[in-house]
Amino acid sequence: MAKPFVSIEKLTKIYPSKDDDLVVFDNVNIGIEKGEFVCIIGHSGCGKSTILNVLAGLDEPSAGTIVMDGKEVRGPSLERGVVFQNYSLLPWRSALQNVCFGVRARYPGWNKRQVQEHSARYLEMVGLGASLNKKPSELSGGMRQRVSIARAFATSPKLLLDEPFGALDALTRGVIQDELIKVWGETQQTVFMITHDVDEAILLADRILLMTNGPRAQVAESVKISIPRPRNRAQIVEDPAYYRIRNHLVNFLVTRSGEIREQGDNDGSGPVTVDPSLDTTADTDDSSDPLALQAAI
Amino acid sequence: MASLNVRAVIVSLLMLIVLLGLWEALNQPPEASEAMTEFELLMGGADDEARVPPPSQVAVHAWDELSNPFYDAGPNDKGIGIQLAYSLMRVLTGYFAAALIAIPLGFVIGMSPLMHKALNPFIQVLRPISPLAWMPLALFIIKDSEQSAIFVIFICSIWPMLINTAFGVANVRSDWISVARTHELGALKTAFQVILPAAAPTILTGMRISIGIAWLVIVAAEMLVGGTGIGYYVWNEWNNLDLNSVIFSILMIGVVGMLLDMALGSVEQLVQYKE
Repeated sequence: MAKPFVSIEKLTKIYPSKDDDLVVFDNVNIGIEKGEFVCIIGHSGCGKSTILNVLAGLDEPSAGTIVMDGKEVRGPSLERGVVFQNYSLLPWRSALQNVCFGVRARYPGWNKRQVQEHSARYLEMVGLGASLNKKPSELSGGMRQRVSIARAFATSPKLLLDEPFGALDALTRGVIQDELIKVWGETQQTVFMITHDVDEAILLADRILLMTNGPRAQVAESVKISIPRPRNRAQIVEDPAYYRIRNHLVNFLVTRSGEIREQGDNDGSGPVTVDPSLDTTADTDDSSDPLALQAAI
Repeated sequence: MASLNVRAVIVSLLMLIVLLGLWEALNQPPEASEAMTEFELLMGGADDEARVPPPSQVAVHAWDELSNPFYDAGPNDKGIGIQLAYSLMRVLTGYFAAALIAIPLGFVIGMSPLMHKALNPFIQVLRPISPLAWMPLALFIIKDSEQSAIFVIFICSIWPMLINTAFGVANVRSDWISVARTHELGALKTAFQVILPAAAPTILTGMRISIGIAWLVIVAAEMLVGGTGIGYYVWNEWNNLDLNSVIFSILMIGVVGMLLDMALGSVEQLVQYKE
């Protein structure tokens, strides 16, 4: 069988301590195809961010490997752009200069005009064409995150997004989700994104990975989102598959994410692939209770 | 209602007038009961008590000095501008030599926990030493009073710059370092493009503290080494019992110190950023 574009194999992270080592996650296997948009959902503390940091090369795994495009991942690289939850823009540089910072590192041979044109184009894509010369302190949280997204998309073919919209209000979040889809649609880059938001994941992802509760977390399921693209926040809820997928995810987060951990079996065979849209019996499931969702998050 | 600035200026001026008025009124020589001989006038007249010259006299003297600040009539009679220039030259030489060492060394201490721990005992012992305590040793080793004064400035301005640089560098937000790492920036580029701009406001604060200390210390150092400079000038005029000149030069020390601080303050503004 051919290896996927990005292959995470038997990844384990242990924080050693004197009496009892903390196993954050254990034997995690994930494959991501080129151009795929993958979201990962799980409760706080299950090690989602650690997986992302290992993918980014900012953290070392205790065991296991990540193979990307036939090469093993070692250390950070411009191949993998990271968008952090807190934007991490350099505050003494303007929006354009922040993007140029990445572009110049990526294409050292380019002259100043090429760098600026390329950077400005990506800022325009996220709707910031009018704010090129503003400093991050003059921009709102949503605008800062757009600069951060523009920087990552302008430089890297693979994107790692660590809860990029976690600190934004719901309206801003919706607008930037649309922009993210638009940019991703134009550039066809590979995206791996952490989120807490079930609806956001369904809207954006080709596939959603579900993590069980930590410690000793594992990726239990890989949920295929078969809703056709282009998707749109207003219409997606009318798709018959939408609530089946949503119920499946919420059910997992509320009940099964804890149960699977108690069963404690992890044979390292990788996540089970599920496509809830084919499961018509779930339509009668009443676990879509919004209160249950709130309790889960 | 006038703006806050205008009102502040009015209050300042009022305070100045009251202060100068009190100073003037409390330091008048007593009325002479009869005409004095030339000898009596020379010795202070009927006044049997020395007095601080009133501001009117200091102002006249200041006008004289400032209208010809660069005259040079021999080793003990130079204009105030020349004296200040000597002091400034010493301060800036010692200060920039200190910056040249303190900022790179501070970078090393800030980036390497090992160097921080290794160098910390030295810094803690050397830092509290009064800069003037180095003077005898400096004179013995360097054998030149001029350069010893510069060395004293060097040693007193190095600490705030060193400590602030190390602190600023060590506390650069880890997110910004992550940004540098994910963009595959080399050590040198990370230092200049991320750490230096991030730590610049803290470094500049250290430089501003240092220039203030250096200007305080130069006066004392020049009183010891003698020859030229504003510190020597104050002491020399005290020996001449010319209190007009003493008061005038004290004011000039204050004005120059303020200008130095303002200069560093405006550089600090340039590198400041808002998060």
